[in-house]
Amino acid sequence: MDNMRRKVIGTGTAALVAASVPGSLVFAQGAPIKIGMSMPQTGGLGAGGQAALIGIRMWVDDVNAKGGLLGRKVEFIVYDDQSNGANTPGIYTKLLDVDKVDILIAPYATNPTAPIMPLVKERGKLLMGNFSFQVNSKVQHDMWFNNAPWNDARGWSEGFLEAGKNAGAKSLAVFAADAEFQQNLANGAREIAKNSGWNIVYNQNYPGNNTDFSSIIRSVRAARPEAVFVACYPNEAVAIMRSVNEIGIGSQVQIFGGGMVGLQFTPIMQSLGSLLNGVVNFNSYVPGMKFPGIEDFFKRYSERAIAAKVDPLGYYLPPFNYAIGQMIEQAVNATKTIDNKKLAEHMRKTEFNTIVGPISFDKNGERAKPRLVQTQFRNVKDNDLEQFKSPGKQVVVWPAVDKQGDVITPFDRARKAT
Amino acid sequence: MISIDLLFEAVLFGILLGCFYAAVSLGLSVAFGLLDVPYVAHPALLILGSYFTFLLSKTGLDPIICGLLLMPVFYLIGIALYRFYYETFERRSSDTGVRGLAFFFGIAFIIEVCLILVFGVDQRTVSATYIGSSLEIGEYRFPYRMLVAFGIAIFLTTLLTLYFSKTFNGRAIKAVGQDEGALRLMGANPVKIKQLAFGIATAVNALAGAMLIIVGPVEPAMDRIYIGRTFCVVVLAGLGSMSGTLVAGLILGIAESVVMMTLGASWAPAVSFGLLLLMLGIRPQGLFGR
Repeated sequence: MDNMRRKVIGTGTAALVAASVPGSLVFAQGAPIKIGMSMPQTGGLGAGGQAALIGIRMWVDDVNAKGGLLGRKVEFIVYDDQSNGANTPGIYTKLLDVDKVDILIAPYATNPTAPIMPLVKERGKLLMGNFSFQVNSKVQHDMWFNNAPWNDARGWSEGFLEAGKNAGAKSLAVFAADAEFQQNLANGAREIAKNSGWNIVYNQNYPGNNTDFSSIIRSVRAARPEAVFVACYPNEAVAIMRSVNEIGIGSQVQIFGGGMVGLQFTPIMQSLGSLLNGVVNFNSYVPGMKFPGIEDFFKRYSERAIAAKVDPLGYYLPPFNYAIGQMIEQAVNATKTIDNKKLAEHMRKTEFNTIVGPISFDKNGERAKPRLVQTQFRNVKDNDLEQFKSPGKQVVVWPAVDKQGDVITPFDRARKAT
Repeated sequence: MISIDLLFEAVLFGILLGCFYAAVSLGLSVAFGLLDVPYVAHPALLILGSYFTFLLSKTGLDPIICGLLLMPVFYLIGIALYRFYYETFERRSSDTGVRGLAFFFGIAFIIEVCLILVFGVDQRTVSATYIGSSLEIGEYRFPYRMLVAFGIAIFLTTLLTLYFSKTFNGRAIKAVGQDEGALRLMGANPVKIKQLAFGIATAVNALAGAMLIIVGPVEPAMDRIYIGRTFCVVVLAGLGSMSGTLVAGLILGIAESVVMMTLGASWAPAVSFGLLLLMLGIRPQGLFGR
């Protein structure tokens, strides 16, 4: 009798506890679905990587709150690759062989992603790309799907060069870091420039650990270009902008910028302040672009980002990282499986609804409908974070579908424009 | 074809860049050059100096004043570091080189991780009236931040050269690097002298760190960039020579600046290490080494 009472009380208590726990934590039977990746959390890409990670973690929390995937909890495994491409093949081997993850997400950025492409292809695994550029162009892995809003080099530099041409510029300077992403980008710009009749008057690369750009800016100024295309990573962006301000780039320059990674990150925008004015540069999202659900995302993101001491606005990467999760979720729910081949097959022919708009892929796993924008910084003040939350500080000048204004030229005039 | 004007400008800027390289290498020149301690944590302490300057400058103080105020704190950190190194490795005199190297690498990683935990991985900068503007002389423009680096390098080199040549403790530090036994016979305690020298080497990092964050933004992992370059300057100079460190920095700065302007920036790192290899081949003791 006592035994029976204990069983009844025990079962009743367990039922009560289960009932009091939010539905989110009650999962059907089965081991968790493991999603793994490396992310640059330290090193040059660390600032972007940590912000992006919040976006993915938000999706993991949201999906688990809804009961997980296929009734199984989602377990997220992440390692710091220190922004170093040399570390990523080892990390992804561990994710596959030791952690036995079910679905892989690529690290943020091209340079850490490129070295894992052969490994992932050889193992026949689905890989969700994370703001990489042209890493699949040679490997041709048919299970690669990149969340980035761009496709080929044309989308990056076409709008920039077009704006320069419209302003009457004919000569171009290109300088880029000696690394995979920056070189892909710069080579794209060089090719388009050559085919569309630009005269390239300065064409140089610089080492990735360059600390001061005064000499390079002097050389660019001496070449007297009318447009200057820069391909750099965050570490170099601040130093380049400072040198441009100190040394001067020449009054003949109509348009400056293009492919500067870093000018999308709030801490960098905040520290550069008015030095940003006039620069025309790529971006993935700026205030004023409308997507369903994105406002709510930024509200929740900001709270977590401030607590984690990372980019408090997070316009560039975090929503796109959340979108990776949304695509995985929609694909798994539609196919009712985590079999990578079936997921990839579904992804190739599906348009996903995400907080950064509809996403579908071409045969290379890049965005079928790119939505990269070129924006011009205007009337940015020093030491003011709030200003970046409103439209008007980064005016979309290309493409036409998102256009908020025309490019102000020449560069000198654009720097003073209000 | 590069113009004479541009070349002249490259040389002038190379001098400023060279002084910057010299200033960030002076601490290492004392610790590694004079004391033979494998102080690979030197660049990490440099970055620590930058971050402390960043914190202190929030009170409204000028970054250079912050660097000067931090020197005594860094002096004490240096003393504590050497004491630990001495008690753990040097006193036991077993494999001090390799173990010391591992120890200071460990210190560098700990500093880097602590900085990440406290400040995050974002770049940090300071503001001052001389940052972001430049001195214009005719057609030439020189960033004030690089002129500050030039001033700090000259100040630190003069101070250290005078200290090592004119004071008893300074001469004792030079002596301990040459013959520890002889110094002991003269009645001086080599451990205390080395401790003093290590404190000075680390204190110099406080001001050099302030200069670093004036010259450009810093982030916790930036020390890795400076390991190669600072060791290159010190070895090129001849271990332990302060004025040699300045000259080596100048050679490196001018060579890099001219190469960037003529051959292209990609060749700049090859210049540093090419010069080092050349020097090791024809004069292994360095420019001013004996």
